[in-house]
Amino acid sequence: MSKRRPYVRPMEGWWKKNPYFVEYMIHESTALFVAGYAFVLLVGLVRLGQGEAAWNGWLEALSSPFSLIIHLLFLVAILYHTYTWFKIMPITMPPIIVGGKKVGPGVITGSGLLAALGASLVMFALVFWLGG
Amino acid sequence: MTENLKIIEIEVLRYNPESDREPHLEVYKVPFSDDMSVLQGAQYIKDNFDGSLTFRWSCRMAICGSCGMMINGIPKLSCETFLRDYYPNRIRLEAMHHFPIEKDLVVDLSGFIEKLESIQPYIIPKEPRSLEQGEYLQSPKQFSDYIQFTSCINCTLCYAACPQFGLNPDFIGPGAIALLHRYNMDSRDGAAAERMELVASEEGVFHCSAVGYCSEVCPKHVDPANAVNINKTNAARDYFLRFLSPKGGSK
Repeated sequence: MSKRRPYVRPMEGWWKKNPYFVEYMIHESTALFVAGYAFVLLVGLVRLGQGEAAWNGWLEALSSPFSLIIHLLFLVAILYHTYTWFKIMPITMPPIIVGGKKVGPGVITGSGLLAALGASLVMFALVFWLGG
Repeated sequence: MTENLKIIEIEVLRYNPESDREPHLEVYKVPFSDDMSVLQGAQYIKDNFDGSLTFRWSCRMAICGSCGMMINGIPKLSCETFLRDYYPNRIRLEAMHHFPIEKDLVVDLSGFIEKLESIQPYIIPKEPRSLEQGEYLQSPKQFSDYIQFTSCINCTLCYAACPQFGLNPDFIGPGAIALLHRYNMDSRDGAAAERMELVASEEGVFHCSAVGYCSEVCPKHVDPANAVNINKTNAARDYFLRFLSPKGGSK
């Protein structure tokens, strides 16, 4: 008769046991803040469609202290999400060959972050330009 | 001689299926020199304190892939990890996470072996060639497409690093998918369509949520997470190609 009795360890709380997993969970959960901010913008679009008074109401709501705190929270969470997003980008992409050599992970992460920075600057410029 | 040696405390997760209901920790005080690996620490315990301590090892030079274990919670090959790097702190050894413990530091790898078999880890030639026709030719470029994924030593540290495998033991997992990718990328191979069935299956790549820790712990820099994620794209491409061409995609 077999004396085997393989012991299966529980998975409860797995993500708290390794700093790498904690970072992964923070990365994944900050996606909710990205969705949250997108929702705020979407509400703005709906309010715009409802006329001037509704739009101005939305703008006013945005400048409340509560909204400012929430937006600061959004900013921090989205910055973290952006950073960790591009950090894992090298493992999620097919190899990019330039001049017969594989582009290193640092270059991919760096270019991603630069692209995010560039896109943000373009947005800022547009807002200032259009906002007069 | 031994009086010059430093003493490190090694805590080992012990489990004897014949007498223990569940695993428990035991501490051993091990004298060590600077050139001693964690594996040698375990061997010292076996030789001097408790002959029943069970663990796998063979080559002692990070090529056989047998001696993987959790060292302070991190999956590592014990033969290339040194006691001096942990001293004066206590060091904790546990069987590789996410696998059932067979005894002490030995885990049940039968599930992994079955997965390895299922991905057909060998070249299935596109076209059979006779001896007279000569060898299969491959350019350096074609060789470079898969060489990285040949370095896998089946140590399964990537499985011990993969929470998705821990949560769903049926997931084919990083190591086997990296090897699957190695054969699919080989210009001499003609069985990619068959293997893509597994990639896109319930147990396939979509279990992966891109934690990426598998690539972090891989002692051979295979980057299994990359193989898994490239194949998410491949499986998606196959899925959509079905709509464009009656023979496109996997099936």
